[in-house]
Amino acid sequence: MLSRRHRSSDSPGWQEYYTQQARKAGDTRLREFYAAGSVAPQTPIADAPLIALDIETTGLDSRRHSIVSIGLVPFTLQRIHLSQRRYWVVCPPRPLSEQSITVHRLTHSDVADAPDLGEILDELFVSLSGRLAVVHFRHIERPFLDAAIKRRLGEGLKFPVIDTMSLEARRHRQSSWARLRRWLGRPPVSIRLHNSRLRYGLPPYAAHHALVDALATAELLQAQIARHYSPDTPVGELWS
Amino acid sequence: MDVELLEIREHMGRFSPFDGLSEELLDEMVNQVEVAYFKADSVILEAGGKIGDLHYIRSGAVEIRRRNGDLYNRLGEGDIFGHFSLLRHHPVRFPARAIEDTLIYFIPKFIFLNLCEADEDFADFVELGRPRLESAVEKQQKSNNLMTTRVRKLLSRRPLLVEADMTVQQIAQRMSEEYVSAALVITPVEGGEPSFVHETRSWQLQGIITDLDLRNRVLAQGLPAATLVGDVVSPRLITIQSDESVHEAMLCMLRCNIHHLPVLNRRQPVGVLYLSDIIRYETNTSLYLVSNIFNQTDVRGLAALVPDVRNAFAHMVKEGANSMMVGSAMSTIGRSFTRRLLELAEEELGPPPVPYCFMALGSMARNEQSLVTDQDNALILDDRFDPTEHDAYFAALAKRVSEGLDACGYTLCKGDVMATNTRWRQPLRVWKQYFSDWIEDPTPERLLHSSIFFDLDSVHGEEAFAEQLQDLVAAKASQHPLFLAAMARNALNRKPPLGFFRTFVMEKDGKHNDIINLKRRGTAPLVELIRVHALACGSRAQNSFDRLDDIAKTQLLPEGSGERIRYAFEFLSMVRIRHQVIDIEQQQTPDNNIEPGNVSDSERHHLKDAFQVLSNAQKFLKFRYPIPTTRSR
Repeated sequence: MLSRRHRSSDSPGWQEYYTQQARKAGDTRLREFYAAGSVAPQTPIADAPLIALDIETTGLDSRRHSIVSIGLVPFTLQRIHLSQRRYWVVCPPRPLSEQSITVHRLTHSDVADAPDLGEILDELFVSLSGRLAVVHFRHIERPFLDAAIKRRLGEGLKFPVIDTMSLEARRHRQSSWARLRRWLGRPPVSIRLHNSRLRYGLPPYAAHHALVDALATAELLQAQIARHYSPDTPVGELWS
Repeated sequence: MDVELLEIREHMGRFSPFDGLSEELLDEMVNQVEVAYFKADSVILEAGGKIGDLHYIRSGAVEIRRRNGDLYNRLGEGDIFGHFSLLRHHPVRFPARAIEDTLIYFIPKFIFLNLCEADEDFADFVELGRPRLESAVEKQQKSNNLMTTRVRKLLSRRPLLVEADMTVQQIAQRMSEEYVSAALVITPVEGGEPSFVHETRSWQLQGIITDLDLRNRVLAQGLPAATLVGDVVSPRLITIQSDESVHEAMLCMLRCNIHHLPVLNRRQPVGVLYLSDIIRYETNTSLYLVSNIFNQTDVRGLAALVPDVRNAFAHMVKEGANSMMVGSAMSTIGRSFTRRLLELAEEELGPPPVPYCFMALGSMARNEQSLVTDQDNALILDDRFDPTEHDAYFAALAKRVSEGLDACGYTLCKGDVMATNTRWRQPLRVWKQYFSDWIEDPTPERLLHSSIFFDLDSVHGEEAFAEQLQDLVAAKASQHPLFLAAMARNALNRKPPLGFFRTFVMEKDGKHNDIINLKRRGTAPLVELIRVHALACGSRAQNSFDRLDDIAKTQLLPEGSGERIRYAFEFLSMVRIRHQVIDIEQQQTPDNNIEPGNVSDSERHHLKDAFQVLSNAQKFLKFRYPIPTTRSR
């Protein structure tokens, strides 16, 4: 309880940040994005317009690797609107490595004709605008998008996210039960997307497709809220 | 379509009714799917609530209840719900609750209605007006059906026509040139004889000549090669019309013991049907089998045919025969065994001292036998029967038949309903008294007898005896509401299961069974139910489908109900039969049990529907035959 209150008060004042950026940002699209505002932290999760976001990249380092595909699925706690999904394959400025191809199965020929990320930014901002992003493992989506946009517009993009992985981590890594397990020498519970889903009775999906992973993430959040939180939980308690 | 939705597409494409959709429709649907997660024990659809989507269970399990709280159905992965309310634009009637963590895919109403519009099979599946069961049965029969396939379909070539004034040698030459074993002999028409036109002249069909005739009627008789064919042609000419059913042709050849059957279109010969054509087409083995049965000279020979019976059965089923075909073929085989045993007994014991009728009861009488069956039979004796003088003969006769049948795979009746039982070996007047007593004053024991003996048919001997009993039942039963009410109550004893859930059979109380006896829980209660209605409307029919035909001529059943019962009966019978074939193929003793784990996805859906039909029909039965408040006697 204590730690959660801490988190919510420690979380950046996203609304203020958005207002500030709406004034400061140089690029019109960014200004419009910020002007649409952030979801207020006290908004119950059931009322929040959400959007599951997943990107596939050529590697894990946002300074050296780049984005090859982006999947978006708008949703709420009640419904995942697959029909409004967005999916882009984009051409990375740096060549694909063999290693990354085996992970996300996008090949040289797939990306050869794909647009540069810069060309889809308009649509990307429109889709994200006014919605609270949901990702699994925030340390990929946020820095990669930030870096990619900074590279093209000269300024980055920052936004709050609900990270389904850290919600799992709170339960399985930071709880006293998890500490007991660790103390007993048990391996930590896996909080990867696939394994987390299994704990909620969600079906296995083929991983490493940005859109499928976004859908999988949206389903996982619905399950987490249904199992461990209430529809009234303020988003400020969930986001980071 | 976008490959990114393959995950969903592949899943839905594996389950009915989506498995039958065209690629385009499937894509269109998958593109519009919405998703939601429901924790175990949470409500998915509330009674009276609005519904805007077809619900598809991607994972988990859902329970559907009636508004009064009774369990209606339990659904698992790949099942759909909500379609009835959607189709009728009604609020939710049956609330749905997740009983496990469940992921639902929603198909928006407009897509759902589009699918119903665009795909007939899909519409069949989801629409109540035309239950999916019905279309499953139709599909089963469309593929192949001896009853409806016309003879002309089996004709591969035009007949060889030869003139009556040709010599047998010329004809033998023509036959070998044309690779046929039969030729039709024609003569120019004289006067007003039935005729047909061939090469601008009028002809009359005089007969048929076959390889066998050339041997038996020419060579064996020492006739010269110059003999005219008209002089040796068989005077017996049996023909069939080209639009008759293959089944009819088969029976005709069987009845007349012929292997070549000229086929006519009106009077024009259009071909010759060979026994081998039918054999190739289907149920060949049962044909051979019947003639084989009559060629046996002892019980051991008959018993040796049991594997052939199994093969004939399996063959018929695999070739797509419907339950009526299989039932009547198996009953014909059973009757043939019985008749042959009686013939053999008579040969040994001498002719019967008074006339008798050996009657079959139960499934054989109904022409609904399957592979797993015990014997139910009885003897009706002439009224001149004198026990002290004659009974030793009939007791011996009955014993031989019973033991013989037992050796041939028709196990002895556990309830001792066999002609070996003195009680069931009685003169006609005693039988009439039995039947009257049972109808007029039904007791539990008598009701049990009624349900056994009121399916009766003669197998051998004086058919008229059995017919008199059928007449008596038909005339009397409908006049006794108390009897009908009691029979109706009896027919409610065996309840169908709720349906299937995963690899279990679901009972009404929510219990699971891992095996189901399809006869006890399905076909037998339907037979009983149909019998009550048939008795009520004075039908003399013994076969359940024939009875349904008779019932349909009355206003007895609500609109459409008779058809639903027919399809449910056909479906349950076929599943039972098919599972017996599976048992045979796996070299296990065939039984009436099916393991839900072995039931295919679509079969599972249809079985659920069929059980539902049975359950509804039973409810109606109770309502239709109330116990009279004043006794009608």
